[in-house]
Amino acid sequence: MLKTYTYPKFAYVQPQEQKERVARRYPVVIVGAGPVGLAAAIDCRLHGIPVVLLDEDDTVSIGSRGVCYAKRALEILDRLGVGERVVQKGVSWNVGRTFFHEEEVFNFNLLPEPDHKRPGMINLQQYYLEQYLVERCVELGVDLRWKNRVVSVQRMSDQVRLTIETPDGTYGIEADWLIAADGAKSPIRKLMGLEVEGKIFHDRFLIADVVMKADFPAERWFWFHPPFHPGQSVLLHKQADNVWRIDFQLGWDADPEAEKKPEKVIPRIKAMLGDEREFELEWVSVYTFQCRRMQEFRHGRVLFVGDAAHQVSPFGARGANSGIQDADNLIWKLKLVMDGKAPEKLLDTYSSERVAAADENLMNSTRSTDFITPKSNTSRLFRNAVLTLAEHHAFGRALVNSGRLSVPAFLVESPLNTADEDEFAGRMVPGAPMDDAPVGLEDGGKGWLLDQIGGQGFQLLYFTDVAERLGDKLERLRELTVDAVPVEPVVVSEKAGRLDGARVLHDLMHLVAKRYDAREGSVYLLRPDQHVVARWRRFDAHKVRAAVARATCNI
Amino acid sequence: MSLTLTPNFSEPGKRYFRAFSPGDDFYEMLIDAHRDLDDEKSAMLNAQLILLLANHIGDLSVLREALARAREGAV
Ligand SMILES: Cc1cc2nc3c(=O)[nH]c(=O)nc-3n(C[C@H](O)[C@H](O)[C@H](O)COP(=O)(O)OP(=O)(O)OC[C@H]3O[C@@H](n4cnc5c(N)ncnc54)[C@H](O)[C@@H]3O)c2cc1C
Repeated sequence: MLKTYTYPKFAYVQPQEQKERVARRYPVVIVGAGPVGLAAAIDCRLHGIPVVLLDEDDTVSIGSRGVCYAKRALEILDRLGVGERVVQKGVSWNVGRTFFHEEEVFNFNLLPEPDHKRPGMINLQQYYLEQYLVERCVELGVDLRWKNRVVSVQRMSDQVRLTIETPDGTYGIEADWLIAADGAKSPIRKLMGLEVEGKIFHDRFLIADVVMKADFPAERWFWFHPPFHPGQSVLLHKQADNVWRIDFQLGWDADPEAEKKPEKVIPRIKAMLGDEREFELEWVSVYTFQCRRMQEFRHGRVLFVGDAAHQVSPFGARGANSGIQDADNLIWKLKLVMDGKAPEKLLDTYSSERVAAADENLMNSTRSTDFITPKSNTSRLFRNAVLTLAEHHAFGRALVNSGRLSVPAFLVESPLNTADEDEFAGRMVPGAPMDDAPVGLEDGGKGWLLDQIGGQGFQLLYFTDVAERLGDKLERLRELTVDAVPVEPVVVSEKAGRLDGARVLHDLMHLVAKRYDAREGSVYLLRPDQHVVARWRRFDAHKVRAAVARATCNI
Repeated sequence: MSLTLTPNFSEPGKRYFRAFSPGDDFYEMLIDAHRDLDDEKSAMLNAQLILLLANHIGDLSVLREALARAREGAV
């Protein structure tokens, strides 16, 4: 029981087919209602796919886990319909301070490039995120089944059979496709005899959530080797409801049971905050972590997402953030395959693209971990040398790695991309996650590019000065909408305008054209998950169709 | 030439999408080079590395400035 949050208890209802003792077949079954399974379920519903979501528990994430949700995850949550709630409830912060011994060595301001809808990062307790996602699932008619534990998996060529345990006994279910979102310990992975490889870090961290009415600003403070916790690191972060999260590095030899006791934890916090500050303990736990991933995220009709597929250290907040991107990558592909519009091979690119992203995440979080907790005298010496140089020199500050911001991978190696044949500057290369920018809407309102794009199908951005002058090009653009894999043309116009048969976005501040290095007639082909997949200086319907075929493995 | 004190890492032909990547690439290479060496061997590696880089830079005015900055932070 927390002081600031009451865990919801979701009702268990005996499944109809268990009562009737018949196994039913479903197009998609998802196991695990953590942030990733919930996000996948919502995305399925938005694509019109009926979905069953099973979870062995009947509440949200217990205790203190995920805190930081990064820009890309927030953009996806916007598309799923919970972004605004998460941002409203969450704490926005921009300033980070880094201390070494007693001194502040430097501070940074995350303040991202202006004119993006979402900030670099917000802080929010994971249980709020999950609660909002559950409510959205209910709204969209996800068949959510609490207290349904998967106990066996049987793979057939055209389906997967599950045995599920409920408070009323067991029952069977059949799925065309199974999404395993069952977390780091993934019982599905184990039941299928699959390996997950990587390394365990020999260190322990104490997490203490404290409630205090602090007059500290909402900033991230990171201490290397502070006087109140010599030889180790400490992180302070603000969450919603005046809950502050403190992470103490303890070292491998610490006794986790002893360290969790309030008589041990409270003096540690007092040493840090000073004796006079009042606080209440909300949550305490001790954790170790691992960096590892499965070889492949697709195994026939079973698709692994989130922590089940890959696990990273928490430095840099990449767990839930990257898991939500797994779902974003997977569901549109699954929909095309289910509709017979793309071969199953497309799902292999879910695996290869997200394996590449996972490797980048693993690399970045491993590097942060190595910097924060050096494993040799030399490594510690270099770390301290960097911190010393950081006080005076910009290059030193750039090397301080107390956790890099979680950012999406550029899928530049993806086989779905069509290579550039024309010259473009900037970073919106094929495979790039799209940059946001403000746009004017047809009703005169102001909106955001990323709210107008993505989700259902492929889209083609057509850049022009005056939308009305498109002439017969419009006809050829519109023909793309009736293809087997349709492409919606969206005109980005320097001047406000309107067209019959195509949406027009007004490039209010000329930032879309700038960020995409677009000129009159430039076109960008976009995937449903808001990644650039091809671009040209002039529109050629044949080339667009060939690129769509490539992006859906239809060649 | 004066001593460069702003971030300056890159690799020819390699495209970086994130500002922190080239510096982190270097730092990982540096720590990896020391893997499994005892303190004495690590110190030897460091000394040779300084000599190699100093010769590569060559310009004594730059080296003089670097030595002065490094000494400042060490004492
Ligand atoms: C200390 C700490 C700090 C973190 N900080 C961050 C952060 O700042 N940002 C971030 O993005 N991430 C962070 N993470 C990581 C984040 O918590 C996880 O990555 C995230 O919860 C993974 O989501 P998931 O849905 O894949 O798995 P989980 O959240 O683990 O969900 C798995 C679900 O599967 C269910 N389940 C398991 N087995 C079965 C079964 N047999 N049958 C039915 N259901 C089953 C479970 O009940 C559970 O609900 C942190 C983690 C820790 C420990």
